[in-house]
Amino acid sequence: MVTFQFVPYAEIENLTSVKRVNKLLNIVKEDKIVIMEGRLSKEEEADLIEITMEEISPWFKGIELSVIYPEKHRLDSMQKLRGAFAHLLLGDRQGLTIIGPASIVKKIEKNPDKIELFTKEGSSRYRKKVRKKIRNS
Amino acid sequence: MVKGFFKTLFKRLSVNPFGTRNNFKLGLYGPPNGGKSTLANRICLDWLGEEMSTVSHIAHETREINVKEQVSIKNKKGKELTFSLVDTPGIATKIDYEDFLKKGLKKLEAKKRAKEATKGVIEAIKWLDSMDFVIVVLDGTKDPYSQVNITIIGNLQARNIPVLIAANKVDLKKANIDVVKAAFPQYEVLGISAKYGKNIEEFYELLFKLAK
Repeated sequence: MVTFQFVPYAEIENLTSVKRVNKLLNIVKEDKIVIMEGRLSKEEEADLIEITMEEISPWFKGIELSVIYPEKHRLDSMQKLRGAFAHLLLGDRQGLTIIGPASIVKKIEKNPDKIELFTKEGSSRYRKKVRKKIRNS
Repeated sequence: MVKGFFKTLFKRLSVNPFGTRNNFKLGLYGPPNGGKSTLANRICLDWLGEEMSTVSHIAHETREINVKEQVSIKNKKGKELTFSLVDTPGIATKIDYEDFLKKGLKKLEAKKRAKEATKGVIEAIKWLDSMDFVIVVLDGTKDPYSQVNITIIGNLQARNIPVLIAANKVDLKKANIDVVKAAFPQYEVLGISAKYGKNIEEFYELLFKLAK
C-alpha cells in the first residue's frame, strides 16, 4: 500500500524555509508520498537535498522529487501578469510538488506536462525487514 | 533576485577590481555519472598536460571537491582565459549503498562510499555560492527533465551565475541533444563527448563567451 499526503500551501505558507523543508521531510520519512500545493523556492529545493543527505541512514535512502510548474516561456504576457498578481496576493501556489521516499518511489518521470510515478515492487515488505533487522541489532 | 545580483556583483568586484576577466572559478556541476570528471580531465590534459580526477563507471566516484588552480586556455584570436577548475561530486537526492553492492563493491566499501557521497553532495551545494561560472554536465543519453538538473540550474539562475549546459556522451547512439535543448530552451546547450573530445574546440570558444 502506498500513502499519499496532501499538503496545502496554507499549511507551509508562514513557516521559515528550514521548518518548511523539515515538515515535508518528516512526512516522507513516515513512508508517505507528499503532494504539495505550489512549490519550494530554488534555494529551498537545494536545502531539501542538503538536509536529505544529512539524514541518509540504513532505513532512509533519500527522496525522489518532482515539480510540475507552468513554464514561463510558454505563457503569454497576460498569463504572466495574472500569475505575478496571484503570486503577490496569495504566494507561489502555482504548480505541484511530489516528494516520495526513495525506498518506495523508484523514479518520477516528467515529460514535461505529465508525471509518472513508479514504485518499487515489494518495498513495504523490504522496509519492515530492514527496520526489524535494525531493531534487533 | 536583486539580492543575488548584488551579491554576484560585489563578489566579482572584490576579486576583480580592475575588471580584468581572470582567475575565475569555473565549476563543473551535474548529476552523478554525467561525465564531470571526464570533462575536467579533458580540459586539464588539453591545457596542462595532466589529468586531475579519477573516473569510474560506478556512480559517485568523485566524493570530494577537486580544484585545479591556474588553468589557462587560449582561443583562436589568441585571447587567454585563466580560471580555477572545480570538479564537484554529483548531486543526487538519494544514495543507497546497495546500488554499489550491485556494481561489485564489498559491503564495507559500499557503505563507506555511500557515506562519503552524501557529504560530497552537501559540499557541492555549499560551493555553489563561490562559483563565477558553471558548466552543467548532463548525460546526453538520459532524461534531462530530472528535478536534480532543474534544481541545479534554477539555483545558478537565482545566484546570477552564468551557465553553459554540456550534453555529454554524444558519441553514444542513444544521445539526444534536441531533448536537452527542448528541456532548457533559455540556455546555451552544446553536445560534447568529453571522452573522445568531440566538439571540444567549440566548447572552449563558448567558455570565452560565458566569461564575457
